Amino acid sequence: MTTFVQAIVNGLGEGAVFALLALGFVIIYKATETVNFAHGSLALFGGYIIFRAKEHLPWFPSVVIGVVAAALLGLLIERLLLARAKNATPDSLAILTIGVDIVILTEITRRLGTAAAPFLGDPYDSKPMHLFGATVSRTYVVALIVALVLIGLFFLAFRYTNWGLAMRAQAENREASALMGIRSWRVTASAWLVGGGLAGIAVIFLATNDIGGGSGLLASHTVAFAAFPAAVLGGLTSAEGAVVGGLLVGLTDSIASQYVDLNFASVAVYLVMLLVLVVRPAGLFGRVEQARV
Amino acid sequence: MSEAVEAPVVTARRDHETVRTAVKYALIVAAGIVVWLLPAYVKNEWLVVLMWIMTGAVGAMGLTMLIGQAGQLSLAHTFFLLVGGVAYAVFASKGTSEYIGFGLPTLLSALLAVLVSAAAGALFAPISGRLRGIYLGVASLSLVFLGFWLANQLPSLAGSASSGRYAPSLNFFGFDFGVQTPSLYVLNVPMGQTERTFWLFAALTAIAYALGRGAMNGRVGRGWRAVRDNEAMAAVMGVSVVRQKAMAFAISSAYAGLAGVMTVWWYSGLMKPDEAVDHGTYSTTVAISFLAMCVIGGLGSLGGSVMGAALVFGLPLAIPLIRSEDTVSAGGTAFTPVVITNLIYGALIVLIVIFQPRGLAGLWDRAIRLVRR
Repeated sequence: MTTFVQAIVNGLGEGAVFALLALGFVIIYKATETVNFAHGSLALFGGYIIFRAKEHLPWFPSVVIGVVAAALLGLLIERLLLARAKNATPDSLAILTIGVDIVILTEITRRLGTAAAPFLGDPYDSKPMHLFGATVSRTYVVALIVALVLIGLFFLAFRYTNWGLAMRAQAENREASALMGIRSWRVTASAWLVGGGLAGIAVIFLATNDIGGGSGLLASHTVAFAAFPAAVLGGLTSAEGAVVGGLLVGLTDSIASQYVDLNFASVAVYLVMLLVLVVRPAGLFGRVEQARV
Repeated sequence: MSEAVEAPVVTARRDHETVRTAVKYALIVAAGIVVWLLPAYVKNEWLVVLMWIMTGAVGAMGLTMLIGQAGQLSLAHTFFLLVGGVAYAVFASKGTSEYIGFGLPTLLSALLAVLVSAAAGALFAPISGRLRGIYLGVASLSLVFLGFWLANQLPSLAGSASSGRYAPSLNFFGFDFGVQTPSLYVLNVPMGQTERTFWLFAALTAIAYALGRGAMNGRVGRGWRAVRDNEAMAAVMGVSVVRQKAMAFAISSAYAGLAGVMTVWWYSGLMKPDEAVDHGTYSTTVAISFLAMCVIGGLGSLGGSVMGAALVFGLPLAIPLIRSEDTVSAGGTAFTPVVITNLIYGALIVLIVIFQPRGLAGLWDRAIRLVRR
């Protein structure tokens, strides 16, 4: 029973981090119809800035700087690259972000070099605590709480602010919302800003001993990869789907690694995704595309 | 993915055509002679680089047809490479207590390996037929994870992840490509394993190119492009969308399977699964490199995929040969050949999508048009 509680808490905590990543991914997809393959790199970049800032500042201000940096990088990618490729199809833009991802990943991995892997979760990493009679790592609990608060805030903003209204209008019909006076570039740019910021927050939980494992920040890009199946199985057009997908991926990963083995866990995530896609090709909550001739 | 490939220009002047055909055959013969003589002039380490480029080119040709012609995004290419490599190792090598092997003739084994890969691609049809665009891309990525896990679970087939297993090199009706004491001389240079394998790879690349060209110019290619441009329209016109998609995946996987067999030969017969899913010969990273080759070369262009392979697979091997300095002692943050290549091709992908959607092949066409009327 204690093992089970542990697996569930770990899964929910890890899933909450994936939900943060997948949510950013979905926001970007809804606003620009671009699948952002550079999402892991946004997280990695934020983490690298935090790591550098921590050499001079305490933990919290460093994290703020890193999150802002990741958000700005997202904004820069949209403004400097995607906005310049107006005629490209969504699929080419996805490939463009793969190029961005390769450049950022290569450069940051090179800068980190072979020195000891940086860890970013100072206040909670590797500190056990007791919950329902089981000993769990504090990282998962903190991650779950932070993610729930942020996701809640996002949904409130999405529902009740002008920004949220503009986002929803543009996702519904780009031309019509432009004719209604919504500035398209502001919506897309802010979507990338938010997506980058969420990735920057996710990395402070990814680059820990508990979730990322022994290689710390270096592993965070690989771990963040699981946000793709999370977003896809939830449905790329659905913010709720991203949260559900994230939690589902986290739980699958933690239960499979607890009861089968670590290697099977990453496969299990993809198998679950494949199963969902075979039954529902647009994901659990995704909008089904209609073909028009 | 919807970059249209221009149809061959039909000219009214027929006599011009015959001259062009003659020139084409002359060029093919000349290329054959150059390939025949190249091992006598070029150092072995450069031959090895060229062979690796050709391996990448064969794989990329398969992927570029799938993505550029049939419009199906796939990130699973390395999975089919792995299937081809493992199938060859199983068919060709003799069974031992540790490894399963059938000890079939090597030529037959290579053909069977390609067929097995094609079958694996066709088996993906129930999924590829239902999904579209990016959903298909991410779904296909799961095959790479599955392949990694299976290869590590079944060391009796794929070889252990630490030391791998060995497969024999090709023996083409008595002409041994893995010969250790060469008896054949070209211009007084002995033609050993590297030189012979170079010929083999060049021939395979040429065959792959010719077959791909035939498929693209014929009925098959027209069906693919119809599916790519508009699935509903294609269905209305009588093209079976599901069949075209399955066929595109099967053919593309057959190319990947051949590239997998070539990979085993390139490693002098070593078949070794990866130790991490994002790092190694059959990893997600290489799957993305294959996509990069296709994009850099120009999606849907066979010639472009050769250029893409030269850049993505060729550069990391070529840079250390050009720079003679010791790169190992330079420390952790050095610009190693892999780092340089990754930065170059990452940046190239970005630039090509923004400025030249038809890739290097598009640039080549433009250059040709500058000199030809």
